[in-house]
Amino acid sequence: MNDIAIELRGIDKSFGLVHANRNINLTVRKGTIHGIIGENGAGKSTLMSILYGFYQADKGEIVVDGKVVTIKDPNAAIASGIGMVHQHFMLVENFTVLENVMLGAEDSQILNTSIAKARVELKRLEKEYALEVDPDALIEELPVGLQQRVEILKALYRRADILILDEPTGVLTPAEADHLFRILGQLKDQGKTIILITHKLREIMAITDEVSVMRRGEMVATRPTAETSVEELAELMVGRRVLLRVDKGEANPGPVKFSVKNLTVRDARGVTMVDNVSFDIRAGEIVGIAGVAGNGQSELLEAISGIRKAVSGSVDLNGTPIDMTGNADPRDLRNRGLAHVPEDRHHVGLVLKFEESENAILGYHHDKRYLNGVFLNIDAIRADAEEKIQKYDIRPPNARLRTANFSGGNQQKIVLAREMERGPDVLIIGQPTRGVDVGAIEFIHKRIIEMRDQGKAVLLVSVELDEIRALSDRILVMFAGRIVGEREPDATEGELGLLMAGVEGRKEAAE
Amino acid sequence: MDFFHTIIALLESTIRVSVPLIFAALAGLFTERAGVFDIGLEGKMLGAAFAAGAVAAVTGSVTMGLLAAVLISVLLSLVHGYASITQRGSQIVSGVAINFIVAGSTVILGEAWFRQGGRTPALSGDARFQTIEFPFAEEMRGVPILGPIYSNLLSGHFLLTYVAFAMVPISWWILYRTRFGLRLRAVGENPGAVDTAGISVIWMRYRAVICCGILCGFAGAYLSLAMSAGFVKGMTAGKGYIALAALIFAKWRPFNIMLACLLFGFLDALAIRLQGNPLPIIGQVPVQLMQALPYILTVILLAGFIGKAIPPKAGGIPYVKER
Repeated sequence: MNDIAIELRGIDKSFGLVHANRNINLTVRKGTIHGIIGENGAGKSTLMSILYGFYQADKGEIVVDGKVVTIKDPNAAIASGIGMVHQHFMLVENFTVLENVMLGAEDSQILNTSIAKARVELKRLEKEYALEVDPDALIEELPVGLQQRVEILKALYRRADILILDEPTGVLTPAEADHLFRILGQLKDQGKTIILITHKLREIMAITDEVSVMRRGEMVATRPTAETSVEELAELMVGRRVLLRVDKGEANPGPVKFSVKNLTVRDARGVTMVDNVSFDIRAGEIVGIAGVAGNGQSELLEAISGIRKAVSGSVDLNGTPIDMTGNADPRDLRNRGLAHVPEDRHHVGLVLKFEESENAILGYHHDKRYLNGVFLNIDAIRADAEEKIQKYDIRPPNARLRTANFSGGNQQKIVLAREMERGPDVLIIGQPTRGVDVGAIEFIHKRIIEMRDQGKAVLLVSVELDEIRALSDRILVMFAGRIVGEREPDATEGELGLLMAGVEGRKEAAE
Repeated sequence: MDFFHTIIALLESTIRVSVPLIFAALAGLFTERAGVFDIGLEGKMLGAAFAAGAVAAVTGSVTMGLLAAVLISVLLSLVHGYASITQRGSQIVSGVAINFIVAGSTVILGEAWFRQGGRTPALSGDARFQTIEFPFAEEMRGVPILGPIYSNLLSGHFLLTYVAFAMVPISWWILYRTRFGLRLRAVGENPGAVDTAGISVIWMRYRAVICCGILCGFAGAYLSLAMSAGFVKGMTAGKGYIALAALIFAKWRPFNIMLACLLFGFLDALAIRLQGNPLPIIGQVPVQLMQALPYILTVILLAGFIGKAIPPKAGGIPYVKER
């Protein structure tokens, strides 16, 4: 008897310059729940998409049930007994449950006979796995928890023995998540193998038998869950890197420049992402927000920069209270002295098809010095861009080059130059060095410190714990949408790691 | 009795002008339900009408004409499919391009081949569709009320007319009662769901545009082989766009499409009948206004009277596997 369900050997996959998976080896034993944990962008979803035939690996082998298989499309995966529950449900919203379950696995050309058979089979599955759902309900009328159940039923209907769940609890309420875990436990008892992808440590500890940790496209460790701890996993996930050294003097904090008051933000599905968050930033101080990616940092940034509407809460900018639930708009906030370096420079920070000089004024293009009446003053814009290129050492020094042709680090410098050279009072920076080469990291860190020393209030959000520790004067830790603790920058990695994992925070809150 | 006969005549011409609309709107139904918007119904219909007229004139066979119409229309559909499905181009641009290419090339080819100012030679006999008379149609004509309905309204149409009306329940059955239809509708709503279920999104969409091509071929053939006796340049005269409007008006549902097409056809027939005839109270209505009426009504109906028409969710968006 072979007790290995799936074995991946040396899987390697690149998308252009992004090396999403590097030489991944993974062994999943039959009848277990195997967790794969890692931060967003660690390569978990890519790996699972390869297993499900959405992408082909550049190198490596997949062994299912002791046989080397080629999975060239989802059909082949289904034939090998692999089923997948996607993060974003793959359901047709205006179809019934039954239609969705049988789509692609219909029994005959004529629907009536297929429907009759599917109904019987669905009843059997529902009974066997206690997964009740009304077969004739329309998907769009079901709550997300039930929609997910339909996804699971879809996989079971196709006789999947190995079930992959990609971030299954992201859209669920805690009660729904607990219910899902009970279902997964039952499936395991019936002999199914389950691969659970998540970035939430709590889930891994709660239901998995084994856990593999991914970081930056690599599989860094596999442990039996019983023999590991939240601390160890957190450390493996975030990774201990060479401590970045940044020369910075003592902070010289002045009066409060920016405060966030009782901010609550929900995402499109109504899940609370930022939960009643309040904090102050003083002039001449850098406040860092640490946290495992996906704990509400992005939503917080978007809300306070006016991109996303908050459900409730306000900010105080330079002493002016601004309601964040409706009227805040990014241009108004900019005019009041707030600058924002977004986390995602490709989608939010830059228009990659524009030339450098155009991106260098984006958002400030209403400014009189860039205009000639109603027309753009191209000469002034180019001159301004040249100046920033000099000052920020942007390479190649060509203001007319398409922005897409700059490297990540130089693109980031374009955004930083735009936002910093305005001389804002408050600077909000998300992931300042994501995808940036080492040389540029140092430069960017220096500039951030300079901004502080000029008396700006700086908010720094980063998933790089080292960066937060090296730059911040105060560290706030975010977990599950809340600020769960505040620490000095000399707090140990372990201490912060526990807060980030939501372990210490809950204790503190309970006390 | 005179009023009654007027109504019968009006309804009869309503049916006649509705047929190409029904074919074209059903054609649009197939591709748009699969997520491929098609503004090129007009061009396909025109190309098919030309092919039908030209081939029927040369071969003297209406069957060959019909086959040529379907062939050309399917080829044009495949061009649209290649541009918008395989190459993921803009579906609107591709559709408009087809309309222009066909509008120009039919005239040029027609002039080059037949030298009749872009027309194809007038058809007669076996080169044209003949009307089908139901049994006892002549004898029934004298019976009051039922007589005219039977012999004028139900009997005496072209084969394609009956096919068009039969296509309505057939399309419904295909879309809602077969596996092909289920997958076709799914691919227009959430192609990701179809892809992950192990079905090729590309192939599904190609099959849908082929269905569209066949039905547009029928619409075109009807224009030049049944309604008229030959091809005249620009003879579709915006029917493809009206069919699109009917499709939206009908919220992408087969039976609604039939009703919408009959309504638009009725307005068209009414406009023809009212030309030159003064209306009571209002008096003489300018011909141009009557001709514009269907379009005006379409705009008004679409603007506010049909509620929200929700198009297939993935419509107009080329399918790309997301990372």
